[in-house]
Amino acid sequence: MEKAVPEYVIEMLHITKEFPGIKANDDITLQLRKGEIHALLGENGAGKSTLMSVLFGLYQPEKGEIRKDGKTVQIRNPNDATALNIGMVHQHFKLIDVFTVLDNIILGAEDTKLGFLSKKKARAKVAALSDRYGLKVDLDAKIEDITVGMQQRVEILKMLYRDNEVLIFDEPTAVLTPQEIDELMKIMKELTAEGKSILFITHKLNEIMAVADRCTVLRKGRYIGTVEIAETNQAELSRMMVGRDVQLVVDKEPAQPAQTILEVSDLHVRSRLYHRDAVKGVSFQVRAGEIVCIAGIDGNGQSELVYGVTGLEKASKGRITLNGVDISSAPVRKRSKAGMSHIPEDRHKHGLILDNTLEQNMVLQRYYEPRFQNCGFIRFNAVREYAEQLIEQYDVRSGQGAITTTRSMSGGNQQKAIIAREIDRDLPLIIAVQPTRGLDVGAIEYIHSQLVKQRDAGKAVLLVSLELDEVMNLSDRILVMYEGEIVGELDPRKTTVEELGLYMAGAKRQGKEEQA
Amino acid sequence: MSKQVNKGASFIAGLWQKIRGSKAVWASLLSIIIGMVVGSIIILVSGLTNATLGGKAAWEGIQLVFAGLFSTGRDAAGTLTFGFNPQLMGNMLFRAMPLIMTGLSVALAQKTGLFNIGAPGQYLMGTAATLLIALYLPTGTGESLQNVSGAWVTHMEAMGMTGQAVWPAWLVWTLAFMGGILAGALWGAIPGMLKALLNINEVLACIMTNWIAANLVTWVFDAASLKNIVENTKTGYIYKTTFNGVQTSKFGLDQLLPGSQVSGGILIAVVFAIVVIIMMNKTTFGYELKACGSNRYAARYAGIRDKRSIVVSMAMAGALAGAGAALYYLAGNTEFYWETSQSLPAVGFNGIPVALLAANNPIGVIFSGLFMSMLEICGQKLKDLTAFNEYITDVIIAVIVYLSAFAMLIRMLLSRKKASKEALK
Repeated sequence: MEKAVPEYVIEMLHITKEFPGIKANDDITLQLRKGEIHALLGENGAGKSTLMSVLFGLYQPEKGEIRKDGKTVQIRNPNDATALNIGMVHQHFKLIDVFTVLDNIILGAEDTKLGFLSKKKARAKVAALSDRYGLKVDLDAKIEDITVGMQQRVEILKMLYRDNEVLIFDEPTAVLTPQEIDELMKIMKELTAEGKSILFITHKLNEIMAVADRCTVLRKGRYIGTVEIAETNQAELSRMMVGRDVQLVVDKEPAQPAQTILEVSDLHVRSRLYHRDAVKGVSFQVRAGEIVCIAGIDGNGQSELVYGVTGLEKASKGRITLNGVDISSAPVRKRSKAGMSHIPEDRHKHGLILDNTLEQNMVLQRYYEPRFQNCGFIRFNAVREYAEQLIEQYDVRSGQGAITTTRSMSGGNQQKAIIAREIDRDLPLIIAVQPTRGLDVGAIEYIHSQLVKQRDAGKAVLLVSLELDEVMNLSDRILVMYEGEIVGELDPRKTTVEELGLYMAGAKRQGKEEQA
Repeated sequence: MSKQVNKGASFIAGLWQKIRGSKAVWASLLSIIIGMVVGSIIILVSGLTNATLGGKAAWEGIQLVFAGLFSTGRDAAGTLTFGFNPQLMGNMLFRAMPLIMTGLSVALAQKTGLFNIGAPGQYLMGTAATLLIALYLPTGTGESLQNVSGAWVTHMEAMGMTGQAVWPAWLVWTLAFMGGILAGALWGAIPGMLKALLNINEVLACIMTNWIAANLVTWVFDAASLKNIVENTKTGYIYKTTFNGVQTSKFGLDQLLPGSQVSGGILIAVVFAIVVIIMMNKTTFGYELKACGSNRYAARYAGIRDKRSIVVSMAMAGALAGAGAALYYLAGNTEFYWETSQSLPAVGFNGIPVALLAANNPIGVIFSGLFMSMLEICGQKLKDLTAFNEYITDVIIAVIVYLSAFAMLIRMLLSRKKASKEALK
């Protein structure tokens, strides 16, 4: 006997959520069919997170209703969402580093026997789930010892262990390697084949095209439309998302490198965490007028390399010269003055003082210049003027302009502020570390064009990126880093993503072997 | 002329607007009122439940809690009288002086992301340095030679200091003041260095340096021959600096408030508050310190020497506490009880609620310091004039401290109320 199955497992109808001064969600409708992968696409600040927070009961909408299996439900807090079998894999994993995989999975839903933890049943259940969906994990490994890809599988298992039917993936591929992304896509398809429904939040169009069935697009808090992926293409999706045609490929002339600006030879940097060399004898040069990209899977010493070059960490060995000046042991300020601007990897940790205002952050690298101070007293007018000029010139958007607390700004605009600050210093070397991480297409396009513009103006650009598209599109030379060493130098015009992937995974290397 | 007046009026109006708009001020006022109400309730309850006290006595106690500063004693009929009391006013200013300084010390550290619970130790070190300098450098003037001679002269002779070149009193004062500042700075810099170089939590280091200071100071004064054996009605005290003719100028305040302990040091404390607020808000130096406090990593990224900043912040916080001690003892009103190894000076710890209540604003610290010392006076009056004692004011201070810690919550409630009001519009 067959029951009438409602078409939609989750329906969010005409959701409106306002915050002071902004309509984060304005009459948004999202309908998730049972067994589909439904992508939710939108730029930063388009309202994706707000919508998901509404679904999770973190916010109450002013208008609209939520239905589960056709029945109207009230979701007042995350517990209500959990009771409705809605689960989420957050962009930043919610795992306890020192717990084992199994402990993390059962955390909050433990079986107990007379008050004692009994893991036997849980272990069997998790093992069965892991087999069924091909989610390979080592149940007894500690989270801190496993790869990011495996951590994500743990997060997915957490949802499955709780018998969640609706799975939300919040930008799941941001931290994965190309191979891991392929694997995730496969897992997602298997999950839907088993009857789970997936909401997939992303702004990567190729992933949507590869895996999603339908896609709902938001822009500036408004509902733009829902399309069948089979009937659309990347250009249309990006047009819906941004509201105009977007240049998906960076348009640039061949590089015309001139004199060497940065020269690094035999650099060794110790890792703070593991007390061993994270960078092992790296040598390279960056010339004026070229973009050199350090590619590699996260955690292969790129961050430490940048720390060593910028002076955030002391290099244990090696020589760094900038414009012919030896800066091997110079402090950060001296390197910066010698002509180095730095767009840091972590904009919240290094790039900004989040509790300070935008204008205070705009002068973070140059508050001491005579232009901004007089006998140690800050020239507030000059700071304000300069900040407003940068805000205007680089289109940094914020609630209250120069006096906005940077914490309240969107990620894209925070990054724009950093880029504006660093580029406007007009120094011969720009070190940009993952400058587009977590940003939407529009912002990425903007940042890429800025970096190319700087290159064409004769700046030397050292780019560190984990995004293969970015590496292939933007760089003039690619250096691949693997386990703290540069294992290959590639020409982006002559190589393929696959070849790059092999170098990144350590399966292939130039240099020592070839010479021998 | 009228333009000037207008300008002044609009400045005051602007300032008033700023204060009115500041949630921090309202939150603090609210905690103060609640604290005093709680104190009153305790008085009321203990009054009504005690057969010998009753409602009338309780009412007197409550009056003193709120208006103890203006108490002028009792009249012939035995009822409490109130009015302007220059003595109490002056004493309040005198006691506020070190509180403002330790409050500034805690506030400055807090603004740079550090919790300076080491103010008591810094204050003690400042006390020791100030007293040693102020008493060991003979000025050839002061009560010592004019009034009491005897023991003090013997003491100076024992030190081999008579017949030597005498030092001008103003120079000794300056050296003693600087000495207090430096000793405090040193005692602040130690936890700062431990934090910067070894990443040891400054709270732990401060608590340890506090007790090291307590024992060190006891030991120093135990060894030093500065015990007051002239006024031998009490034991365990050190000479006042006035014995050596060293005293902070009163700047005419004693004419204004006759019969009180008031010292010119209160003006110096106010100057310190102004210097601190200018330094923190208007200079690149303050920008660096605050940057380091809000985000050490971003500060390092910007080329600010974060380790140095932490040490400098703590040293300055210590210097302020040390200066507070110097001002207090150089006022020449009080003697230092030298056996401190068993306890730490409350004025050091009270810097924490003073800073809390002022939301770490240096100008706010002046007012919260005055308020805290007013409460002390009220407590004194309670003890003097009624059957209640000064511990009531300790309760009030305790409630206020708790509430100040919850000030964030109150601020949140206020902003929510504002938001709902706006939503209604």
